[in-house]
Amino acid sequence: MAKVTIDGKTIEVPDGTTILNAARMIGGEIVPPAMCYYSKLKTSGGYCRTCIVKVTKGSEKDPRPMPKPVASCRTTVMDGMEVQNITSPDLLEARAGVVEFLLVNHPLDCPVCDQAGECHLQDLGYENGKVKTRYEFKRRTFEMIDIGDKIKLHMNRCILCYRCVKVSDQLTPYRVHGVLNRGEQAEISTYIKNVIDNEFSGNVIDVCPVGALTDKTFRFKSRVWFTKPVDAHRDCPTCSGKVRIWFKGADVLRVTARKDEYGEVVEWICNNCRFDKKQVSDWTIEGPAHISKHSVISANHYETPFALSALKADVKKQQKKLEGKKVELGEGALNPNNK
Amino acid sequence: MGKKLLLKHDNIPGINTYEVYRQRGGYASVEKALKTMTPEVIVEEVKKSGLRGRGGAGFPTGMKWSFLAKPPGVPRYLVCNADESEPGTFKDRYLMEKIPHLLIEGMITSSFALGANTSYIYIRGEYFYVARVLEKAIEEAYANGWLGENILGTGFSHHCYVQVGAGAYICGEETALLESLEGKRGNPRIKPPFPAVAGLWGCPTVVNNVETIAAVVPIVNDGGDEYAKIGIGKSTGTKLISASGHINKPGVYEIELGIPVEEFIYSEQYCGGIRNGKKMKAVVAGGSSVPILPADLILKTAKGEPRLMTYESLGDGGFQTGTMLGSGGFIVMDEDTSIVKNLYTFARFYHHESCGQCSPCREGTGWMEKILHKILDGHGTVADVDLLWDIQSNIEGKTICPLGEAAAWPVAAAIRHFRAEFEEYVKNPKSIKDVKHYYRLREKV
Ligand SMILES: Cc1cc2nc3c(=O)[nH]c(=O)nc-3n(C[C@H](O)[C@H](O)[C@H](O)COP(=O)(O)O)c2cc1C
Ligand code: SF4
Ligand code: SF4
Ligand code: FES
Repeated sequence: MAKVTIDGKTIEVPDGTTILNAARMIGGEIVPPAMCYYSKLKTSGGYCRTCIVKVTKGSEKDPRPMPKPVASCRTTVMDGMEVQNITSPDLLEARAGVVEFLLVNHPLDCPVCDQAGECHLQDLGYENGKVKTRYEFKRRTFEMIDIGDKIKLHMNRCILCYRCVKVSDQLTPYRVHGVLNRGEQAEISTYIKNVIDNEFSGNVIDVCPVGALTDKTFRFKSRVWFTKPVDAHRDCPTCSGKVRIWFKGADVLRVTARKDEYGEVVEWICNNCRFDKKQVSDWTIEGPAHISKHSVISANHYETPFALSALKADVKKQQKKLEGKKVELGEGALNPNNK
Repeated sequence: MGKKLLLKHDNIPGINTYEVYRQRGGYASVEKALKTMTPEVIVEEVKKSGLRGRGGAGFPTGMKWSFLAKPPGVPRYLVCNADESEPGTFKDRYLMEKIPHLLIEGMITSSFALGANTSYIYIRGEYFYVARVLEKAIEEAYANGWLGENILGTGFSHHCYVQVGAGAYICGEETALLESLEGKRGNPRIKPPFPAVAGLWGCPTVVNNVETIAAVVPIVNDGGDEYAKIGIGKSTGTKLISASGHINKPGVYEIELGIPVEEFIYSEQYCGGIRNGKKMKAVVAGGSSVPILPADLILKTAKGEPRLMTYESLGDGGFQTGTMLGSGGFIVMDEDTSIVKNLYTFARFYHHESCGQCSPCREGTGWMEKILHKILDGHGTVADVDLLWDIQSNIEGKTICPLGEAAAWPVAAAIRHFRAEFEEYVKNPKSIKDVKHYYRLREKV
């Protein structure tokens, strides 16, 4: 066991636990955002750098602080380690820098993106980002492609978190989906223009934190916040059959896996459940799904007075942050060409 | 004349052939190591020699070797990093092309010390002709019993292979190199585990630079103490320097670590001074990734002491006023050089070579290049210079591998030491007509 203190909160965790998972065990505000780590996928994490934290004390044995911020999803705790996340203004500034990078080439086409409202990049930008981008050049663009007849890849939106690559690697029998090219031009693709054709391929949609991989059976049907999530199950010979279905009126618009509070799939589901079972009669309804995220996806939950007041407080906080930034901007922190 | 250990015979005709190399005492270290020494003794000698990795980081080689995990029944590997793609560095090529057997000899001796029965030389794709030179040398070594089963009847077997890369700078980073060697995409691995524990195919592996491995030959032949007599403090032995830029005599020089930088630049024995009687403006002392220094700071430290060609002296003053010895790619720029233009060239390189795994490097390198392009094109503002500074500091220390830093440091150093020049560029774009022309030319190529 190792004792670790994150933002002043101490917890004892098994050896080999990562800082991120230790923070998740503590829970609450101090949990660093994770855009690429996925607890259900081996070797995930380390790419996006949004989960960085500052290690102010390495361990009881070697108390030296770590010279650079570390990726909490890939750094294991040592006994006596002390970590700062939200208590370090430098670190938050550094994270804002990472968020800015993630948005440099992102098209910011939320108004026409199916993921809007349940997008982790939106949440990340809202919670950790800067007010305005300083990027003024042309963004990289790709052609949209179909990965099979059910999945659309909109590469412009991809943040190269590698989660879908790991799904294809680890969940499906042979690998046809990976990264082509390098650097800024790196792109997720199938080899080459192959279709992904296996029973679990649809899970790439659920793991994608942004709107790069979307469900073609749901595309443009509705904004997610107009749909109601309900947990349901069926007897499925291929997967557990435990899913979340998204209703609009009496229609099932979409079927996804259930996700936990960190937006991670609880149990993988098969393509049959996901794409082909769109009748209410296909499912045994369990009851409304609770989504604890505070982004628009949770709109249906704002009817409770507590959630509503929490939202209002949050909006106020953000507005205040914005006002503060404006002063700074006025002083010429920004490139004038940006105006 | 300084002592030479690696390039002692580089001008002897036919030294690239086995016969001539052997006549000059070649393969003596293999004989000595296999017949009279144990692996532990060799590692001890390398430790005593104070040899530090010549690939850029300068990590003590003996220590690296002693970290190699030795679980029973698991093969170990030695991998030679001949990917040499850092702009300004071309020493490994010279060594391999001229005296290929020196590397092969080093590979055998080092492998014996590490208990590796298989070794690989990973060479950059553009060096395909050098790969042929090496392959021929390996063939000759096999024919003469230095490679293969039961070498010299000692029971030690060793096989050495050359693997040609496909021309990616990132494959010089040791874990990307291993991925590439395994036949995968050359993405750096996230560490830990380090190669010493889980390297090639998950087995304990040592990755060393060409020059590092070659230096093992004189260390085994003459003893670590003898090697450590050369140099100053923790910078022992000799180092190959690739000298380029506006000097009279560009080329590869073997220097004794510890000679003054001034002597290296101005003496006839080495660079022979600045071309066309110009003044020196700046020096990039260790390959494109290390911070650039203006002439006064490269010759003397901030404390006014003469700067020496050692890891410590070049690093004196940290990044505020110092730099690094790096891989020894010594680029000298005269007074007519545009630092902005030079920085753009470097930035373009790092943008092109980023593997794209981690967001700060993937997105930041391209952004910095675009801003520098804008400044060169005469549309820059002072705010752009500040923005460049911000971007580099947002990249630094937040990436998977050191390529992010390698891209950030040159930008930081150029702005730190030559901010006035950047401001001149953005305030007075007319003064950069030639630069626009230069850029247009590049676009056309
Ligand atoms: C982007 C990048 C490129 C590198 N390229 C090379 C190279 O071309 N040759 C080399 O020997 N080391 C290179 N290195 C350093 C290697 O990762 C590694 O440190 C070195 O091969 C270790 O050998 P040494 O201890 O003998 O120096 C590079 C490192 C990075 C981060
Ligand atoms: S497509 Fe989605 S899941 Fe795949 S790498 Fe891009 S952002 Fe990640
Ligand atoms: S720092 Fe750059 S080159 Fe290194 S892993 Fe990250 S993206 Fe790839
Ligand atoms: S979640 Fe840790 S680097 Fe992406």
